[in-house]
Amino acid sequence: MLAPVTHILPLTVIRRSRTLPVPGRLEVRPGQKVNASDVVAVAHIPSGHMSLDIRRSLGIPRASDAERCIIRHQGDRLEKGDIIAEAEGVFSRIVRAPVNGEIVSISGGKVLLRVRTTEIDVRAGFNGMVSELVSDFGAVIETSGSLVQGVWGNGRVDSGLLFRVAQSPDDEFTRQHIDVSMRGAVVLGGHCSDPEALRAAAELPLRGLILASITADLVPVASSLNIPILVVDGFGRLPLNTCAFDLLKNSEKRDVSVNATFNQATGERPELVIPLPADGQVAKDADYFAPGQLVRIQGMPYTGKLGTIVQLRRGSFTLPNGLKVQAADVNIDGDTRITIPLANLEVIE
Amino acid sequence: MTSLVDAESVLAIDIGSINTRALLFDLVDGQYHFISTSTAPTTASAPFHDVSEGVHLALQRLQEVTGRTLIDQESRLIIPSQPDGDGVDRLAVTCSAGGDLNIVTMGLLSDVSLQSAQRLAATTYSRIVESIGLNDRRRPDAQLDAVLLAEPDIIIISGGTDRGATRSVYRLAEMARQVCRILPKERRPRILYCGNQALAKRIKESLELDTRVSVAPNIRPTIDLEDITPASVQLAKLAAKVRAQKLGGLSQYASISSAVLPSAFALGRMMRFMNGLSTLAKPTLGVDLGAGSTTLAAASADESYLHVSSSLGVGTSLSKVLEQIDLEDVARWVPYDLPVEEVRDYLYQKSLFPASLPLTPETLAIEQALARVVLNCAAQKFRERYPALQNSYEYIFISGAALVQAPTPAQTVKMILDGLQPVGVNVLMLDPHGLSQALGAIASTNTLLPAQILETGAYTNLATVICPVSDARPGTTILRLKIIYEEGGDTQVEVKQGSIVKLPIRYGQTASLQVEALHGTILDPAAPRLNRGVKNIVGGVSGVVVDARGRPLALPGDLARSREKVKIWSQSLDEL
Repeated sequence: MLAPVTHILPLTVIRRSRTLPVPGRLEVRPGQKVNASDVVAVAHIPSGHMSLDIRRSLGIPRASDAERCIIRHQGDRLEKGDIIAEAEGVFSRIVRAPVNGEIVSISGGKVLLRVRTTEIDVRAGFNGMVSELVSDFGAVIETSGSLVQGVWGNGRVDSGLLFRVAQSPDDEFTRQHIDVSMRGAVVLGGHCSDPEALRAAAELPLRGLILASITADLVPVASSLNIPILVVDGFGRLPLNTCAFDLLKNSEKRDVSVNATFNQATGERPELVIPLPADGQVAKDADYFAPGQLVRIQGMPYTGKLGTIVQLRRGSFTLPNGLKVQAADVNIDGDTRITIPLANLEVIE
Repeated sequence: MTSLVDAESVLAIDIGSINTRALLFDLVDGQYHFISTSTAPTTASAPFHDVSEGVHLALQRLQEVTGRTLIDQESRLIIPSQPDGDGVDRLAVTCSAGGDLNIVTMGLLSDVSLQSAQRLAATTYSRIVESIGLNDRRRPDAQLDAVLLAEPDIIIISGGTDRGATRSVYRLAEMARQVCRILPKERRPRILYCGNQALAKRIKESLELDTRVSVAPNIRPTIDLEDITPASVQLAKLAAKVRAQKLGGLSQYASISSAVLPSAFALGRMMRFMNGLSTLAKPTLGVDLGAGSTTLAAASADESYLHVSSSLGVGTSLSKVLEQIDLEDVARWVPYDLPVEEVRDYLYQKSLFPASLPLTPETLAIEQALARVVLNCAAQKFRERYPALQNSYEYIFISGAALVQAPTPAQTVKMILDGLQPVGVNVLMLDPHGLSQALGAIASTNTLLPAQILETGAYTNLATVICPVSDARPGTTILRLKIIYEEGGDTQVEVKQGSIVKLPIRYGQTASLQVEALHGTILDPAAPRLNRGVKNIVGGVSGVVVDARGRPLALPGDLARSREKVKIWSQSLDEL
């Protein structure tokens, strides 16, 4: 059966495509080194228009006659005051551009001006190098290093030195853990249920916050803050999984990038990247369940626990609640064997 | 388009938000049979972004189960079938994966054409991202910008009765044209015009220069008449095309199948088909509680009723559901002493891993409580949309994994009674294999196959539920029933207001009920003749249940008392 994969890797090649939804202007070149918050490409999308009724302004009954008075063309850029249309007569009448803009269309005796655009951009997301360009849309950013994928993030991006507050995977992160020496750092905490801890982190400010888990009532607060907040294991009172804890414990004082972008529709996940001066291999994003794999379990009472698949069961297995499922036997905590639905497992690699 | 009429073997593929299913039908001794089904994870999103991987896995599994070769060395579906028996003759595809389409509705009066356009949009997986009407106070420029910002996939233009308004409708079409002119070709919305038919040709010709335009009969041909059914057919086709463009891998199946339809539309078609097979006094209802949305589709002799509650599902849309519902409402239905915070954290975690299953009785109870609340929300929207339906049906066909894969049939009955809260006499039919959507897609060109599949008993008679309407005080006897068994013998049962009881009618046993309704109790408000008796009730897997708890079901405000009540109700039904 197809297995979802979550990457918690000490060394791998990380290659990510950063592209705009529309064509734009590239801000990087191949081979360029970039930081996490650097803009890769920028585009301007139309967000404000103004319709000028030339027919009415010139007092001309027919639209076709009004259009003959228009001296501009589609695509023309205008500055405020530029003449758009004029009609001869005893008193010549003129229509001028009321604001700067670009003519989008001329039809039915009307001129449609684009008067405002909104800038959108896409950022690198981690410290790395531009390995290739994607025509007018963006670029592929690449680096080698450690990768920890999370399960939820608040959409912000930044980077800084990693500072570990959590001394054990099940530590709680509170307001008291924040002090001024952490300013500008990316802090690794444990579980958090204290909204004031998050607010204090943003006020200091930190450059990012990595947490094992948060209680779900913190989602609105976390979403409103300007620093990236990345949650590794989920919602509730969950410890940091040992794989991530061990990796991050050994990465203190390293430069890390936190991309807390999270989009379930597209499958984009929050990621912590730690560039390293070593060559890694590309990790696969999909796999099939097999004995020997390290897996993370979902579903109380095992949520977030890591284990190893011992065997895939044939046929269906009946859970204590009566559900019949396809399942695997998984060893957790060394030698405790439990049977878990395949739907509740993700491969950690 | 390939036809299903002369096909012997038919493959149906349903691409859901979480699972992709393949269903095989074939002729056996001159009659169509449902042969087998298989399931694989849907691969519409990361890392594949291509549904064909999930389809391929489902077909591989179907091959293993049936011993029949369906795909060739290049992993392509073998179609038509070969002399050696490999492959299938025809393919039908239904899809609910890929999220909701952005729809902009344009009409004239907000309580006439605009409202009808919004109802039309609700017949498919969509969210209305902007609405433009005559009463819109914004400047035309601001309306245009709002439509552009909304990034519509489809614009529905309605307005004007068939001999009515013209200038205002042309203005709407002009705005749609401007939107298309501003956007690059690949991002232009498709247009569905369903307004004043006198303008249809000219509007189509004008808009076709910039985008694809479909025309449907006026959804509001007169002020007092609304008819969205023909337009909903066009919308379903449009929606399927837009999805085929957006979902990687879907277009390859569109080119070789006889039907690619939104699953909700196919469900609606199947309900019309089933209702049309015999003369039924009341409509037939299909309920699909899905991962991404909940669909209710009903059909009577004269009318169809379809409503998709988008972003109201129990899996992939759970994060959006959690923004809409009160978690206390869910916690009330959980018959365990779990703090609301724990219910909240469990459901938020589930929203991150929507395919995961509950491992314990407690977490199963949380998910079934959620199912009740979601069903109830969807049912309320359906009732508001179609008040004439009275929430009483001849048959209720039930699909959706949360309902059909419950560990016991009794749990499904409870979720339907607590969530949907039907009244009157309803026969609950379980669709364990998800046949309804497949058969609905096939029925458009082959009516023989669905009819014969129904005869083979592919659906399960779950239970007959009798839900009387009464204002009597709790504890008062409201019904005296005499059960007369077809094989002989009888027995008597009294039903009190506020109770829920199982009648002594076994699975497969046929009986008639003589009814004495007391204190003004009505057995079935949609079928008053039943107040005197009900003939030929066949006991389902969960028998026959009388639910006299009243409508709407009232749970105490206090959480602990509410859970006590739920436990008592649950215990009453444990004997199901």
